[in-house]
Amino acid sequence: MSKPKFAMYWASACGGCEIAVLNIDEKILDLDANFEVAFWPAAMDVKYKEVEAMDDESILVTLFNGSIRTDENEHMAHLLRRKSKLLVAFGSCANEGCIPGLANLSPREGIFECAYTSPSTENPDHLRPRSAWQAPEGTLTLTPLQSVVRTLDQVVEVDYHVPGCPPESHQIAAVLDVLIAVVKGEAELPPKGAVLGAGDSTVCDECTRKRDIKRISKLSRIQELPMLNTEDCLLEQGLMCSGPATRSGCNSRCPNVGAPCIGCYGAAPGVLDQGARLMTAIASVVDEKEPAAIDKVLDGLPDPAGTFYRFSLAHSLLRANRAALAEKP
Amino acid sequence: MSDRFEPVIIGFTCNWCSYRAADLAGTSRIKYPPNVRLIRLMCTGRLDPTFVLKAFSEGADGVLIAGCHPGECHYLEQNYKALRRYQLMTRTLAQFGIVPERLRLTWASAAEGARFAEEIATMVEEVRQVGPLNWPTRPVPRVEQASGGAA
Amino acid sequence: MEKVEGYVGNYTVTIKKKPRYVDEDVCTGCGICVEKCPVLVVDDKFEAGIGYRKAIYWPFAQAVPNLPVLDPDTCTYYIGGKGGCKACEKFCPTVPNSILFDQKEQRVTLNVGNIILATGWDLFDARRIPQYGYGRLANVFTNLELERMCNAAGPTGGKVVLRDGQTAPRTVAIVHCVGSRDRNYNRHCSAICCMQSLKTAHLVKERTGAEVYNFYIDIRTPGKEYDEFYQRVLDDGVHFVRGKVAEVTDIPFDPAEASRNEAGTLYVQVEDTLAGLQRRIPVDMVVLSAGLEPRRDSAAVGKTFGIACSTSGWFIEKHAKMDPIATMTEGVFVAGCAGGPKDIPASVSQGAAAAARVLNYIRQGELALEPVRASVLEEQCSGCRICNGLCPFNAISFVEERKVTEINAALCQGCGTCVAACPAGAIQGSGFSNEQVMAQIEGLLRNFAREPEVV
Repeated sequence: MSKPKFAMYWASACGGCEIAVLNIDEKILDLDANFEVAFWPAAMDVKYKEVEAMDDESILVTLFNGSIRTDENEHMAHLLRRKSKLLVAFGSCANEGCIPGLANLSPREGIFECAYTSPSTENPDHLRPRSAWQAPEGTLTLTPLQSVVRTLDQVVEVDYHVPGCPPESHQIAAVLDVLIAVVKGEAELPPKGAVLGAGDSTVCDECTRKRDIKRISKLSRIQELPMLNTEDCLLEQGLMCSGPATRSGCNSRCPNVGAPCIGCYGAAPGVLDQGARLMTAIASVVDEKEPAAIDKVLDGLPDPAGTFYRFSLAHSLLRANRAALAEKP
Repeated sequence: MSDRFEPVIIGFTCNWCSYRAADLAGTSRIKYPPNVRLIRLMCTGRLDPTFVLKAFSEGADGVLIAGCHPGECHYLEQNYKALRRYQLMTRTLAQFGIVPERLRLTWASAAEGARFAEEIATMVEEVRQVGPLNWPTRPVPRVEQASGGAA
Repeated sequence: MEKVEGYVGNYTVTIKKKPRYVDEDVCTGCGICVEKCPVLVVDDKFEAGIGYRKAIYWPFAQAVPNLPVLDPDTCTYYIGGKGGCKACEKFCPTVPNSILFDQKEQRVTLNVGNIILATGWDLFDARRIPQYGYGRLANVFTNLELERMCNAAGPTGGKVVLRDGQTAPRTVAIVHCVGSRDRNYNRHCSAICCMQSLKTAHLVKERTGAEVYNFYIDIRTPGKEYDEFYQRVLDDGVHFVRGKVAEVTDIPFDPAEASRNEAGTLYVQVEDTLAGLQRRIPVDMVVLSAGLEPRRDSAAVGKTFGIACSTSGWFIEKHAKMDPIATMTEGVFVAGCAGGPKDIPASVSQGAAAAARVLNYIRQGELALEPVRASVLEEQCSGCRICNGLCPFNAISFVEERKVTEINAALCQGCGTCVAACPAGAIQGSGFSNEQVMAQIEGLLRNFAREPEVV
């Protein structure tokens, strides 16, 4: 009997998810033992044409990482949806847009402006990417950038979600174990739409720091603070920490070593909009009553949308800046 | 119907003050523009920013939050929490391209029916000036539509 | 009252009990100590500053317990650095002696199920209106001073006299609305002063036969037989001048006025708004009907019990019309002037109503709560403690062992602030759940055409 097929694809993402999968050490051998890798551009050479030639639903499971930023991304999402029985949104980008999704705060022109014209870029000829270019060898094409970043489930139906930027290796291993058990007939598939490889509470649940009643009278960035103490809650020390509103599952890796949580595991179960939860939590514990004094505390958060929606912007209720949404896709 | 833009505004009111102010405006036969649709909460402290985002994303052109005057909250000081959330929301929404005129916080006691009606009229006029928000619904995929067998 | 903890049915209150310096268990209240005490002090509390008491004294007639109190601030034994006098101890007939010079302040802890706040009011300090001359012109009195004067058991034995203690006034002016219905001081109507001023007018007329002038803005006499009393006072021949008094002075306008009147005459300057003319009325005595004000510490007291004060400072009841006795804190009730100015019948009714409400709770033994409450989904709560400081009713507590937050349903008043604040979405609010509010938003925006986003 032939082994079931496995695929992994990398859309608009940094590649960290791929590394995280390879980071599961010898567990990767279990993957190889139980699956036939049908398509995994980061690990082996298979052409899109070969995928197109496969029978529909011939791949048992596809781990899709990366957001939908370009026409190519969208094409591959549809293609892999068709060819796979189970499509897994793998990692923060595929689930909620992640860092690429932050680009949704500005229209396309703003993104190009920032990337090709801003003082940080040496580009004296003001070159801009073009979708087609006539080279001596023929026409070279570049997939066009869409107006906004979308998540996988905004484009196609998704069966399972594995959050994290990237998902923690021990969680990936656990998800693989479930898949292998299913293949062996030892376990049932989890209910469709389930979030795999994550906890049911928020990061604070796993955080080892001591917590007290919160009253924020000043918010600072980490570089503005003197030594942080190693025992108390970072938020109480005046550092913006997204832990309270971020799904657990990472063992509170960042806060436990003194870096604030930035929210990569997304919203807690049942929560519609992670940014709104963070916004309300932080605002509620600001220890001031006068508008001017409140503003002074809030000045410690120079980029509220980017802070509260660092990972979840593309999947939030508003999804993007109004001007970006108004553009032709 | 004239061609004048009629904004749709969702108003979140407090059970103890602004909701009664609106009621008083009604029983006193004070007219206010029908553009505002009110939702009663027990306190503006119940106002979850998610509600505001939801209202904007579902097509509201403006959101009004009306609570008890500072120091008069029925629950002692919960309207201050609403004030803080409002101030943070205004900042965040600006980055989404939602101008401050679209989110208004006002205080209205149960006795201030006339003032609350005026406040509503002012807001409707201000939102009319900034025009429709018309938040786009989920974009339609433009590359090939999924054909056949998605599992 | 120093501290209140717990919730309805289970309050623990800590009370600071000041020393009486008299043993309540032994003292028989015979009063020999009061008789023998050589120190005479002006009683600025019960006698409103126009009578005397001893350093050891009865707070007021019919006080409960009806035993004397020793005031260490005026007692020569304490003033002399704990030496001398001790007359009270010497003459005390009880065995053992009832006088306890070394009694200390005590802390009393009580477990109670309900609390009734009947903290009353403070008198408007008439000195705040300098043009009325109270505290500067001897024969300007407050209504409270007159009240004591008219009392047969009071310092003057019921005689209405000028500050010299003997001369009966021949003309008396009563000024209404002193510190009430005045945007410079208090906007509220003190509710009782009209009737009180009418009573004073009636008594003064009856006791002295003086000409009595009432200066009023409006006469407010709603209530059983109140207006009938007003008609009776009118029939008594009391003069009523509608107008707010501009000034009370003892300086004559010109030598002619000075020669017409005796030295020491007070002149009341007022615009008679019914007759449309300025009046200047010479009188022997002026009575200021000072208004009722909230207790000065009402905001702090309110905070102790988790209830709010209105901007004017009176406690806010649960509902001004439908539930004027209960407050937002379950098991705490207000009665009488603590919730706003009231006359005696209204205060008595409220007191009785509050007692009945409490009895109801005691009899029931259990409590039906408003269904609007917050509750924590424990498995989802991460123990981040964002919500812990948000509840003014102390309904939220942190369970250190399980590292989760709990909400006490008996203390929760259902405002929903913690529900809206929980970053994990772990607090649910019944009656106003996220789903319910979201459905309202969707419903209100549904039938509303929007430009579809098309490619």
